[in-house]
Amino acid sequence: MADGNIGLWTVPLAVLGGAIRVSTPFLFVSLGECITERSGRINLGLEGTLVMGAMSAYGISYLSGSPWLGVLAAGLTGALLGALHAGICSLPRVNDVAVGISLMLFGTGLAFFLGKPLIEPTAARLPAIDFGWWSDVAQVRAALRINVLFLLGVVLAPILYWAFKTTRWGLLIRTAGESADAARAMGHSVLMIRLRATMAGGFLAGIGGSFLSLFYPGSWNEGLSSGQGITAVALVIFARWDPMLCLWASLAFGGAAALGPALQSVGVTSGYHLFNAAPYILTLLIMIITCSPKRTLSGAPAELSITR
Amino acid sequence: MTSEAADPVDAAAIAPAADAGFLQRWGTEIEYILIPGAALVAALLVFGIFVALFGKNPLDLYWYMYYGAFGTWFSWQNTLSRAAPLILTALCTALPAQLGMVIIGGEGALLIGALAATSAALALQGMPPLVVQIAMVIAGMTGGGLWILLSGGLRQYRGVNETISSLLLVYIALAILNHLVEGAMRDPASLNKPSTREIGAANMIGTIPGTDVHWGLVFGLILAVASYILIFHTTFGFAARVAGGNIRAAKIVGLSVGKLILTVCFLAGACAGLAGMVEVAAVQGRTNANLAVGYGFTGILVAFLARQNPLAIIPVAILLGGINASGGLLQRRLGLPDASVFVLQGIIFISVLASDALYGRIGFLKGKS
Repeated sequence: MADGNIGLWTVPLAVLGGAIRVSTPFLFVSLGECITERSGRINLGLEGTLVMGAMSAYGISYLSGSPWLGVLAAGLTGALLGALHAGICSLPRVNDVAVGISLMLFGTGLAFFLGKPLIEPTAARLPAIDFGWWSDVAQVRAALRINVLFLLGVVLAPILYWAFKTTRWGLLIRTAGESADAARAMGHSVLMIRLRATMAGGFLAGIGGSFLSLFYPGSWNEGLSSGQGITAVALVIFARWDPMLCLWASLAFGGAAALGPALQSVGVTSGYHLFNAAPYILTLLIMIITCSPKRTLSGAPAELSITR
Repeated sequence: MTSEAADPVDAAAIAPAADAGFLQRWGTEIEYILIPGAALVAALLVFGIFVALFGKNPLDLYWYMYYGAFGTWFSWQNTLSRAAPLILTALCTALPAQLGMVIIGGEGALLIGALAATSAALALQGMPPLVVQIAMVIAGMTGGGLWILLSGGLRQYRGVNETISSLLLVYIALAILNHLVEGAMRDPASLNKPSTREIGAANMIGTIPGTDVHWGLVFGLILAVASYILIFHTTFGFAARVAGGNIRAAKIVGLSVGKLILTVCFLAGACAGLAGMVEVAAVQGRTNANLAVGYGFTGILVAFLARQNPLAIIPVAILLGGINASGGLLQRRLGLPDASVFVLQGIIFISVLASDALYGRIGFLKGKS
């Protein structure tokens, strides 16, 4: 607001900046979940993975001084939690939805437990690239300070799209998701494919978490993620398991999530909490519009329990 | 819990002639107690190793957990007070589970129920306490019921997955609560912690005579028993279980599955809404963010540990209430963070789910047919 001449333009600018900044965790979690769900299993535990990723990234960055080591640690933590999910799910008669719920509670609890000593100290944060150097309006520059992880995510989406379509690995994952019997007939272990897919999904979700603690909001506390993980899981459903649609949906969500803080910055504070709930309301609305009781969703992996 | 199971097994070992018949008759029931019990013990062992990694003595841990939960009359009362909302929120998961639905939004229904109950009490200030209390029960149950009905309706009419929608509704409920508590319903006198006005000491439901345990426990017990009767001893419950087992068969025999889903979701939400009412009318006296302490999420664990059986929910809720109650003691005496209770709950949850693989596989329980 220091710059009086842009006035209410602050709001759309902040929403744009938010779309870029806030969308990154949504993007990584949804791409990760996309891989897992395409293999025929749903991991609802990514909310817990996100929080564990945020905590471990912050801890490692604080101890080592290198935020990138933190990102790696977050990814590995996520992969471990993914392996735990896949491991339990490969036991007979175990329901993947329920295991996801348990890992959601376990991940958040463990992160709060281990992260207790990390609330005070300040860890090294991830760098950002200044794409707004040409402008002298402070808000434009703030909106265009873009983190490298966001760019990585944007590049990853088309790569995944291509990989699902053309590579051998993509085909295997899709086969396991469409018909476990077909994959078995081809001589592949469905459990191993799903284990790897869930670990890859956890790895990406963990990285999404590292963005929360190392860039935006950029600190570790227990209120860091409130439902971003589960929103991203829902996002995969209406992105129809398509990585490119995940990218656009994440951007839309980032914008919605930035609405509350943006309005607050121009002095609209009355509906602050309601605007903060915008991503959840948006998710629900989009699910209401796109789902149908008559048919299964197009593009849904046939082995997926949650859409049957 | 395990000791109950151990006795009949030992008796069977002594009298091998009766072995096969007895186990064939009761084998499944024994499994339902033995396997979750073993999962619980395994989880406690894993948690013991976990705290040992942080240099704490696991034996101290178990002792303080027992002492803080069931060691004294004081800790028993604390445990039972915490078990009350857990019974109610567990029913919010267990009732829809009969229909094969996984509802995990009890926390949201609890918050909405608390808001509705508080609104009713504030609107009826000056009326006789009994009238206010009855209105609070009705408002709380209706509020919570409608909240979960939303998930059921979305599932029935739009095919929206109820697990995800109910969880999203938790965050929306929390936002509504914060919005009202910091805005329209705020008591101007509450400076540090925005809250609604108090419902008034006269309108609190108080404690069971001779104890410090509030009447919410009785509410929980009544609803758990009523749910059990509803599910296992009425036509409605039978229809629900048929629909949960095989939805196509249910449709073929002419059950209106939609009506079942909506009714059960409303009842489930009403239970969690009553938990919110109890927390307001027996503990907090007002609505504020203190209500969102995770009773709804622990309730999910209670329901799964009780294998979605309303009667089994009662002892499991007392057990988990005890673990919650001992959290303070673990913090003070062992210097463990308050989140250690959540870690333990997570480990129990994982271990119980993994133990699902064991059913029907324990050799000596199968009997020799």
